[in-house]
Amino acid sequence: MSENLLDIKDLNIFFKSDKNPEPIHAVRDLSFSLKQGEMLGVVGESGSGKSITNLALMGILGDGAIVKARECSFNGRELLSLKEREWQKVRGGEIAMIFQDPMTALNPFLTVEFQIVETILAHLNISKSEAKNKAIELLLQVGITSPKDRLKSYPFELSGGMAQRVMIAMAISTGPKLLIADEPTTALDVTIQKQILTLIKSLQEKNNMSVILVTHDLGVVSEFSERVQVMYAGELVETGNTSDLIKNPHHPYTFGLLSSRPGAVERLAKTPLASIAGIVPAFHQRPVGCQFNPRCVHVQEDCKKGSIPIERGVRCLHPMMEALS
Amino acid sequence: MRDLSKEILSVDALHKTYDIKKLFRPTLKLKALSDINFHLDKKETLGIVGESGCGKSTLAKVLTKLEPRTLGEINLQGIKYDEISSHDFHSKIQMVFQDPYQSLNPRKKALDIIADPLRINTNTSANETRDLVMAMMKKVGLREEFALRYPHHFSGGQRQRLGIARALMLRPEILILDEPVSALDVSIQAQVLNLLLELQEEFKLSYIFISHDLEVVQHMSDRILVMYLGRVVEYGSRDQIFNNPLHPYTKILLESAPKTHREKSNQAITVKGELPSALNLPKGCAFEPRCPFAKPGCKESIPLLEIKQGREVACFEAH
Repeated sequence: MSENLLDIKDLNIFFKSDKNPEPIHAVRDLSFSLKQGEMLGVVGESGSGKSITNLALMGILGDGAIVKARECSFNGRELLSLKEREWQKVRGGEIAMIFQDPMTALNPFLTVEFQIVETILAHLNISKSEAKNKAIELLLQVGITSPKDRLKSYPFELSGGMAQRVMIAMAISTGPKLLIADEPTTALDVTIQKQILTLIKSLQEKNNMSVILVTHDLGVVSEFSERVQVMYAGELVETGNTSDLIKNPHHPYTFGLLSSRPGAVERLAKTPLASIAGIVPAFHQRPVGCQFNPRCVHVQEDCKKGSIPIERGVRCLHPMMEALS
Repeated sequence: MRDLSKEILSVDALHKTYDIKKLFRPTLKLKALSDINFHLDKKETLGIVGESGCGKSTLAKVLTKLEPRTLGEINLQGIKYDEISSHDFHSKIQMVFQDPYQSLNPRKKALDIIADPLRINTNTSANETRDLVMAMMKKVGLREEFALRYPHHFSGGQRQRLGIARALMLRPEILILDEPVSALDVSIQAQVLNLLLELQEEFKLSYIFISHDLEVVQHMSDRILVMYLGRVVEYGSRDQIFNNPLHPYTKILLESAPKTHREKSNQAITVKGELPSALNLPKGCAFEPRCPFAKPGCKESIPLLEIKQGREVACFEAH
């Protein structure tokens, strides 16, 4: 048995479609693993498949989805063969998730107390009053002052940062082994973003919890996660140690993504930014061969056929060698 | 130094207060903007930064007359705002909105979206309007055959190009850009920012560039206005603000922004708590409850903008 908490090999996710007889291939041959207590940053733009992968790990993709994998084991169990009743134990119990917009992730009609206690009672075998005490303790842990008053609040009475703290409290209430944070700070201001990410990082270390941190912001990943994987159009294109990858991106997409940020390299203000031409192809118009080839400046003939394997962490036939300058 | 001959827009002692009315309760005053002063030169970009609730979008609305101001004076090329006819006003100042998914009418074709400013404000003939629209679409990087498509056919970046084309149809001199790239993916952001830089050169535009993304603001702006809870806390050139910020809030804002390339500093300053409610502002400096450098005196009175090291800053402790 491996020591990894999560082992995913060749995960493929399809969606049935009314328009096309062929199902849409949303995530292709995704393999990665995660150790207990480790944080993995996942970077990608919209349509890259990063959120769909998370939903598959939580078992909450709808009936229209077909999830296939050679291996998808979590804590020694095969996730894809779980029955719905077993899923309910895993989901929220062993794998917890926090979402991008904390204001819409909480039920606006129910108090904070109801929502946290409900989660605790669903997974832990304790009494209601014990659960309430635990909720107070959790709110303190996530940095909410006067937790007793906050328990009586409705979500609209909370600020965005506070609501995200409540979401985190709910997520860690069952002592999950894996926390999936899907763009947890995109809706928040920078000063609050830093507070929330620091909180997630400290909980990861204190509880020896694994974290998948999904974001579109390479800056967030480089400051908080040691390992990163970059996704593009449903494929993993590059993975590795964050600081190496940022200093020395090998995949042209990673390179383009990094250099299109104004602050990535020393550059005079108001001069043109390096940009990636074109847009991410739609799901039903995915190119043959390398998914990035229509936008790539280094494209060659062999990029346009077959599937491109990942070698040394890069899915590219002609990886870039020069450093970002 | 202010050079009045270059100045295109000036804002003096601008205040905006909203009345919060509740049944059977006294009306509350929400001070969205207090005593805002700045000016904008021709072909210049003024960046406005601050967190949500600091009043940057209210400022954009007041500048475009989408909201009336409460107090203060705004001059457009030396003419008072109230004395400009609505037609003249719209052909001088236009706005690009944050969310290209909500700021375009889903029932109108691209051609009509871009042509409407001309149809409403001018007597241009139908044929000429069409030609002008096609020329503008080309300018912002949209293909001509897209003219008959509806907004849902366009990607986010293309929609933002549509919004920019619409704003430019009356050949304005000032564009107010309210978070123009925040809703876009990183690789698309660079495309739109490059387009904005090109258009600024070509049409000699002045920009008011509102964003919470400091790297983007640093790249696009000549001068920066930092706002906190409806007040200006620091106002100076790009290099002054980014290389040597004086106000603690500016320092914290710069420090908090995640960067890919950062020299790890040992003395990271972090900020406590969150923005207080604008309905219940502290008596002294609005940033005092969160400020790591606060002294007892900061609670007593509101610091006014003073010139320190060549820029304006509102802090008792900054020198």
